[in-house]
Amino acid sequence: MNKFVIPLAVFAILLAFLFVGLSLNPREVPSPLVGKAAPAFQLAQLHKPDAAFSHKDMAGKVWLLNVWASWCVACREEHPVLVDLAKANVVPIVGLNYKDKPDEGRAWLKQFGDPYLLSVMDRDGRVGIDFGVYGVPETFLIDKQGVIRFKQIGPVTRDVVNKKILPLVRELEKQS
Amino acid sequence: MIPELGQFALILALLLAVVQGTFPLAGAARGVREWMALAKPAAQGQFVFVAIAFGCLVWSFLQDDFSVLNVATNSNTRLPTAYKVAASWGSHEGSLLLWVLMMATWTVAVSLFSRHLPNEMVARVLGVMGLVSVGFLLFMLLTSNPFDRLFPPAPEGRDLNPLLQDPGMVIHPPMLYMGYVGFSVAFAFAIAALLGGKLDATWARWSRPWTTAAWCFLTIGIALGSWWAYYELGWGGWWFWDPVENASFLPWLIGTALIHSLAVTEKRGSFKSWTVLLAISAFSLSLLGTFLVRSGVLTSVHAFATDPKRGVFILAFLSVVIGGSLALFAWRAPKVGLGGRFDALSRESALLANNVLLAVAAGSVLLGTLYPLFLDALNLGKISVGPPYFDAVFAPIMAPLVFLMGVGPIARWKKAEVPDLVARLKWALGAAIGAGLAVPFLAGKWTPMIAFGLALAFWVFAASFVSVKERIRNFRGGLAARMAAQPRSYWGMLIAHVGVGVFIVGVTVVKGYETERDLRMDVGDTVTVGAHTFRFDGVRDVVGPNYRGARGDVTVSRDGKVIETLHPEKRIYTAQQMPMTEAAIDTGLFGDIYVSLGEPVDGGAWSVRVYAKPFVTWIWGGCFLMALGGALAISDRRYRVTARRESAVSANQAA
Repeated sequence: MNKFVIPLAVFAILLAFLFVGLSLNPREVPSPLVGKAAPAFQLAQLHKPDAAFSHKDMAGKVWLLNVWASWCVACREEHPVLVDLAKANVVPIVGLNYKDKPDEGRAWLKQFGDPYLLSVMDRDGRVGIDFGVYGVPETFLIDKQGVIRFKQIGPVTRDVVNKKILPLVRELEKQS
Repeated sequence: MIPELGQFALILALLLAVVQGTFPLAGAARGVREWMALAKPAAQGQFVFVAIAFGCLVWSFLQDDFSVLNVATNSNTRLPTAYKVAASWGSHEGSLLLWVLMMATWTVAVSLFSRHLPNEMVARVLGVMGLVSVGFLLFMLLTSNPFDRLFPPAPEGRDLNPLLQDPGMVIHPPMLYMGYVGFSVAFAFAIAALLGGKLDATWARWSRPWTTAAWCFLTIGIALGSWWAYYELGWGGWWFWDPVENASFLPWLIGTALIHSLAVTEKRGSFKSWTVLLAISAFSLSLLGTFLVRSGVLTSVHAFATDPKRGVFILAFLSVVIGGSLALFAWRAPKVGLGGRFDALSRESALLANNVLLAVAAGSVLLGTLYPLFLDALNLGKISVGPPYFDAVFAPIMAPLVFLMGVGPIARWKKAEVPDLVARLKWALGAAIGAGLAVPFLAGKWTPMIAFGLALAFWVFAASFVSVKERIRNFRGGLAARMAAQPRSYWGMLIAHVGVGVFIVGVTVVKGYETERDLRMDVGDTVTVGAHTFRFDGVRDVVGPNYRGARGDVTVSRDGKVIETLHPEKRIYTAQQMPMTEAAIDTGLFGDIYVSLGEPVDGGAWSVRVYAKPFVTWIWGGCFLMALGGALAISDRRYRVTARRESAVSANQAA
């Protein structure tokens, strides 16, 4: 084949993808998981790589799952809020360390403080996909039955903690 | 009335662009002189009408004409005047009009500075640019009219996005667009050469200054955008590998390759079809970037309001322009033939490697940017590609490129010898490695990455020094006279290369030595970061023209002496109720001190971020040097001399 045709062929393929892409909505992720059971997962822990953690370990508890990464700038924005929330000791926070290098993740927590009960490593982002994560940070509030009750896309602010998360946690704690 | 005038001017501009895009091209193909002669007046007329339209839009913004939808959504009576002007390109519609204005400006510049070019060439170049202009004017008039009316008029405007209310935002988009659109000139020259079947050294010499000019604007535009993100987003980062950033970076990478490849085509006649392909690619990637930003295909912090109709239009336009030019390339390029031969080791081969590396870098950035889209389109799931991918892929490609940057300018054309190169560069290499190993030790922290980064930077500096020393050795006179004897294009190249070195110093030192402290501070608390001590003196309320907010007082001292007070702010813009962080930055040649306010904690305490960023300004300083180098290269005598000589020749022939 004539090698000078190659650029045109590559472009034609690209064009086909772009055309399909037009009809897709990148913000529409198979996510609105609120009200549905949290996806099952089992992952190694960040600080104890030999130990595993599974969603079942939190059965019967109201807890937060916070997706974070050391490369994520917006996570720095929300991190102090999480640290304060952890100090208040009202709801356990589990960190999902998303597509990160374990060393960098640990160093990051050392630098900024570790609000998490524990963090698990989602190195290839597979669990993130199950949770419909399309940007870091994201935070999920999960109830005693393992059902997602609230989802925050983007950084958690103090406002969100006080007006949404805390009242909901109190209400969910009352349920059996 | 004024908006309607603007709209009418746009329609007239479109008609003139159609004339400019058809008759001159047909005339050049059939040899009709009168048709070709239409190119210049049509281009200049188009510019006048686009400028009128742009003036009408700015006027509507200045007059707070909220019966214009675009003004009502992007301005406010209390918006400061400078930002009202800037707001005219703050929206999708307005920025398109700016794009078209830039396009018309480049076209007029070509029509004015092309007196020495053959008629067919001018007609073809302006014709191709006219066709591109037709596409954008149609796009604007059919899907994104900046003059759409709103009835009944809004009583008050929604205000410009607070993120855009910043001096950097006033100049960043015009610079970036000048760069994007500027590549249309190189593109038009390439298409004209393919149409005419004459791809020779003269063609490369005509294209070079235009390409370099566009590249300079793009460099400045990207640097301004990065600087703006650094001080305005309040996170202290300077590059996020966001799809929109990548969209501007891709044409820059290919444009850089194009500049180097044009040099070979001009000097040695080689790489012809490759150079043409790069010229087509650089502009194609500018268009692709426009598509990605405005169609909503990828999510991004910069995304404009999206509309599927727009996406379909730009995609159709892309397929016509890029598909058409690549088809023309596939048809014509095989007949171009090969240029001068060169050995496996020569300046040509160094530049070839440069081109390959830059193209691979651009390819991997493009892949990372579009990968989520590919998977989604194939129904393989949703993923996001973050900075880890780009960092892992990009640096290993850039390192050999920077190494070549030292060798290339010293290697001989056609054939270079390894022992000779080693003999000439061994001291530079030794100095670079030595300094790379030693400096981090003196700075107090040694890691392999810092040492490697600094060694690369010192390598660029040392090799540039060797290059100058060898260049001036054979000239007579004092040092100053011998240096002045070198052409400006040489100094341009050298300064641009040194700029890359300066950039690497900035990136390496910031990555290696920055300190970031996020902490809760009560009034009177102090924190020490690096050599500086910061005291938080509380927060006062402030009221701005279109915002209210809190302003912190942070006293900075060094060795017990007070240096200055910084005032980070947290603002709420009234019209959109949007909170904004205004970091206070003390900028210095050897580092920035960066303080920003987080959220209020109970009892007058705030969460405060204090960053020390050593050498961070070198990142943008390096970019500025690269652009300065480009500007120097354009001002080289030989472009003016040959221009004069050629016009003299054509005048003689005419006589």
